[in-house]
Amino acid sequence: MRPFSYQRVTDPDMAVQVLSAAAAANNPLTKAAAQPLAGGTTLIDLMKLDVMRPAAIVDINPLSEGWSAVDPGGESLRLGALAKMSDVAAHDEIQRNYPVVANSLKLAASAQLRNMATLGGNVMQRTRCSYFRDVSYENCNKRNPGSGCAAMDGVNRMHAVLGTSDQCIATYPGDFAQALIALDASIEITGRSGTRSMPFAELHKAPGNTPEIETTLQPGELISAFVIPGRWPRSVYLKARDRQSYEFALSSAAVALDVQDGTISDARVALGGVATVPWRAREAEALLKGQRFDDALAQRAADAAFADARGRQHNGFKIALGKRVVARALQQAVTMEI
Amino acid sequence: MTAAAPEPKANMGQPVPRYDAVAKVTGRATYGSDMPLDNPAYAFLVTSAISKGRINSFELDDAKRVRGVIDIVTYQNAPKLKESKLFSNGGYAGTTIQPLKSADVAHDGEIIAVVVAESYEAAREAANRVKVSYTAITPAASFDSPGTTKAAAKGQNGQFKEDPQVGDFAKAFDEAEVKLTASYDTPTQHHNPMELFSTSCVWMGDDLVIYEPSQYVYGLKNGVAEQLGIDADKVRVVNPYVGGGFGSRGSMTPRTAIIAGIARRLNRPIKLVPTRDQGFTIATYRAETRHEIKLGASRDGKLVALRHEGAEVSSRADPYCVGGTKTTTRLYACPNVDSLVSIVRADRNTPGFMRSPPEVPYLFALESAMDELAVKLNMDPVELRRVNDTINEPIGGKPYTSRALMACFDEAAKAFGWAQRSAAPKSMSDGDWLIGYGCAATCYPTQMAPSAARVRLQRDGRTRVEIAGHEIGTGAYTIIAQTASERLGVPLEKVSVFIGDSDLPPAPVAGGSNSTASTCSAVMMVCDQVRQRLFKALMPNESLTDKAKETVGIGQTPTTQAAKSDRPLDLEKAFDALGVGVVEEYGEWKPEGAPLDSFKAMHSGHARLVGGAAMKDKIAYAFGAEFVEVRVNRFTHEIRCPRLVGAFAAGRILNPRTARSQLMGGLIWGMSSALLEATEIDERTARYVNDNFADYLVPVNADVPGVEVILISEQDDHINPAGAKGLGELANVGTNAAICNAIYHATGQRIRKLPVRLENIEV
Ligand SMILES: Cc1cc2nc3c(=O)[nH]c(=O)nc-3n(C[C@H](O)[C@H](O)[C@H](O)COP(=O)(O)OP(=O)(O)OC[C@H]3O[C@@H](n4cnc5c(N)ncnc54)[C@H](O)[C@@H]3O)c2cc1C
Ligand code: SF4
Repeated sequence: MRPFSYQRVTDPDMAVQVLSAAAAANNPLTKAAAQPLAGGTTLIDLMKLDVMRPAAIVDINPLSEGWSAVDPGGESLRLGALAKMSDVAAHDEIQRNYPVVANSLKLAASAQLRNMATLGGNVMQRTRCSYFRDVSYENCNKRNPGSGCAAMDGVNRMHAVLGTSDQCIATYPGDFAQALIALDASIEITGRSGTRSMPFAELHKAPGNTPEIETTLQPGELISAFVIPGRWPRSVYLKARDRQSYEFALSSAAVALDVQDGTISDARVALGGVATVPWRAREAEALLKGQRFDDALAQRAADAAFADARGRQHNGFKIALGKRVVARALQQAVTMEI
Repeated sequence: MTAAAPEPKANMGQPVPRYDAVAKVTGRATYGSDMPLDNPAYAFLVTSAISKGRINSFELDDAKRVRGVIDIVTYQNAPKLKESKLFSNGGYAGTTIQPLKSADVAHDGEIIAVVVAESYEAAREAANRVKVSYTAITPAASFDSPGTTKAAAKGQNGQFKEDPQVGDFAKAFDEAEVKLTASYDTPTQHHNPMELFSTSCVWMGDDLVIYEPSQYVYGLKNGVAEQLGIDADKVRVVNPYVGGGFGSRGSMTPRTAIIAGIARRLNRPIKLVPTRDQGFTIATYRAETRHEIKLGASRDGKLVALRHEGAEVSSRADPYCVGGTKTTTRLYACPNVDSLVSIVRADRNTPGFMRSPPEVPYLFALESAMDELAVKLNMDPVELRRVNDTINEPIGGKPYTSRALMACFDEAAKAFGWAQRSAAPKSMSDGDWLIGYGCAATCYPTQMAPSAARVRLQRDGRTRVEIAGHEIGTGAYTIIAQTASERLGVPLEKVSVFIGDSDLPPAPVAGGSNSTASTCSAVMMVCDQVRQRLFKALMPNESLTDKAKETVGIGQTPTTQAAKSDRPLDLEKAFDALGVGVVEEYGEWKPEGAPLDSFKAMHSGHARLVGGAAMKDKIAYAFGAEFVEVRVNRFTHEIRCPRLVGAFAAGRILNPRTARSQLMGGLIWGMSSALLEATEIDERTARYVNDNFADYLVPVNADVPGVEVILISEQDDHINPAGAKGLGELANVGTNAAICNAIYHATGQRIRKLPVRLENIEV
């Protein structure tokens, strides 16, 4: 950890101003000199590990009065970016109408972390790749662009099989993002020119040749809210992991279905623990839509979701595992009592 | 009585609450790095990013510019230290790889620089700014890496003396009606005690005080003195509480003398708190092992041939090995036995003790193989153990001092509901989950070592017990207080215990589960000396015959194992007769069969452990049986362990509460070892990858919903005066095999490599 300045900001304009002022040309957000601080459970961690070295921390928690509201009332669900994971996970109406959202949060991290961590910080959390998080390893394109990738032929059991590049195979580790991307959420972004809205699916960027660029967010921009259109009572978050709690997904599936008279009229499938970014399995969805459900259909959909998957030395198992997780999540969603 | 404080059965003490419970839950217990220091400087380690090669140069300017930096110590300016030999070859050190001696690097994460600064933060920041240029040499990481060397353990490791053999294995195996050959693997593991590997060193003139979590304050004191070239009496090690040890703090690590040397040079107290990941490389670990087991049996299940071959990884510098064949070749009746242990040298740090060092990997292999044999024989695995149960170990024919293995199996089987198991694999399930039941034997040698103690009794019954034992979370304070209270007949509240300080009378290393037997036997003996003085004062004309000794008692019957007192002694009268206010006695106790130099060695920090299979005409072990229920998800293949049931017999149980806690922790650790714990090594660089608590998995509460510990009553008068067999390392031995055996039952799939993860399941 290195010395840094700490500043609390009391209104969004001030936050944006302070953050933009510190932005340097051509520097990706992950390397920006000023970083917003929400719950701190990712940021402070990475600073202690010397992976992130911001000169300035901008504490946005005072904005929570306006930015932590949860409104499940109407035909859409609005979640403030500073809402705590635990509050949203425990919310009755969200549990009832958006079980995939509540469970993606409830099955994440630990109670202590969920009490601290915010939704905005959650979607911005960074990969758990061990080589990325240990600065004594030189070769990490995400941390040191152009230095190579130690994980490619190293210990890569936790790494991604979808959306990888020959520069980086780091997994996007979060759970909540799979629910958001599956449900076509949008995000509200507050920046210098006010507030704009953007599909959540456009937030994260696959590594390609620039794994150091993880999102389309620019320095000086903040996520202020998430909006999920519609209601999805028939939805499931299934997470396979090494421990029963407090552990990232080896493979997870966020599934939401709309079943009318035995026919799937809408289907949403997103994958966690297996891809470099929050991953929408549109090929699987296309196979499901308009069909009557049976196990063979679930299997075909699962196969389609992983058609492009590529494993490395230790993570090849995630392909077969991921398929079984998707198929099982679909079965669970279909048989849900709602 | 509650689950945490089981009702004592015959030959068990009271489940009194922990002596140190309140101090611990209120945060008043002071661990090594809590000790207040006067104007300390803070040290932060820089560790190597290569595992083999040389340091070309350091770039220190950037680091030195950090405000508050006092000094940066590298091999170029490090204090000169003397070498210490490996503990198993007569020294104190857990590794003979001494950092900061030259530009050479011998293992991943070796200490290559120490930054000293006015604050922890400044030291850490400067350490982050140290740049090192290396010339790396391709290292050999483990068993299969090119460049390792392999040789028999016997002859290179002073503590591994025999490859046990008896009869004619080859012939018997050849002719056996039923045969099994199988290979098993265990991974690298790290202790990860909660308390970090901190060290604070304070010089007062020529005297050095060290605050450090240690499982052997006398070993550390003498070892550091040797390295610094000073008289051991000038060194004091203090640690009233140790935040977990599990073996990692049994032998000296290089950090202590380095910090002491720097503190001497700077003439200032220095406090070092290394990080969690540094703990993976600056201390020891459990090395990976490989096994081949061959079993031959007759159709009725009787073993006729057994061979256990083990291989273990160690460093280039040191021939460390655990060599568990001394146990596995003796556990069951078998007339023809063969064994061999080899050491494979790689570019790693030297491994070391980790909770039940030999038994964990070696019994995993044997107890898995026994289950495989039971399947081949179409026999209940419990019955297979019964058929081969024995009271004489097969190698030398010596009798076990007591052996309750089958009683443990029967009690645990009943509590577990083993009878409800349907024997065929894959025959039990519940919804998405396949269910498997499995069991295994567990055992651990009963060991003792010489120990001293001092006991001081006041007229009002207040008692002070002093002994340089160790409270590593096991309950040492509590049982020492109980022992003194029972032996002297004074109320428990009146007993104060002082341990964890090398200025107190020496006690052995808190390792090999010898502490209770050794320290309590010493305390009992010294309490008896106190009673004898009081007795003489009251009855000066009576000679101290054995009969008389038996009648010396101050209050109630001391312990069931001890002499019965039929003449309660009036304390006030005795003190009046003596004419003093305080009676204080010091004594040195040694177990039967201890070598001649035992007491001398005890004072110079060498624990001479006796017991287990190494006794002259007997063999002493604690036994247990473990049953587990495993659930394997048909879809995700996740493996969970909802129930762990163990029954254990370990001689006298001094306190059922602390005993249960040890055994419960052992069962949980065993489950963790089977399903979660492995240190991942990058084969290309011989470096650890998951060296943190997020990636090195240990169980969380949700992983252990049901753990049941059954204490079996056992009396053994052939081991030590306390009548206690060590149990701290008993429960985590059998669990690995029990879980794999249950996974076989759940899935029909035999897994022979730990840990078992969901990708290993193919249902
Ligand atoms: C041991 C451990 C286990 C975990 N297990 C899981 C798990 O199983 N599943 C899971 O999903 N997560 C898991 N997590 C991750 C955890 O959920 C995240 O750390 C947390 O959600 C981050 O939220 P925060 O508010 O603390 O973010 P911070 O740490 O405060 O911020 C994270 C990043 O986002 C930026 N940021 C914060 N708020 C905003 C905003 N409004 N707009 C733009 N940028 C912002 C920050 O600058 C920072 O770079 C785990 C974390 C730990 C430490
Ligand atoms: S996978 Fe990505 S984050 Fe991990 S080492 Fe490679 S480049 Fe770095």
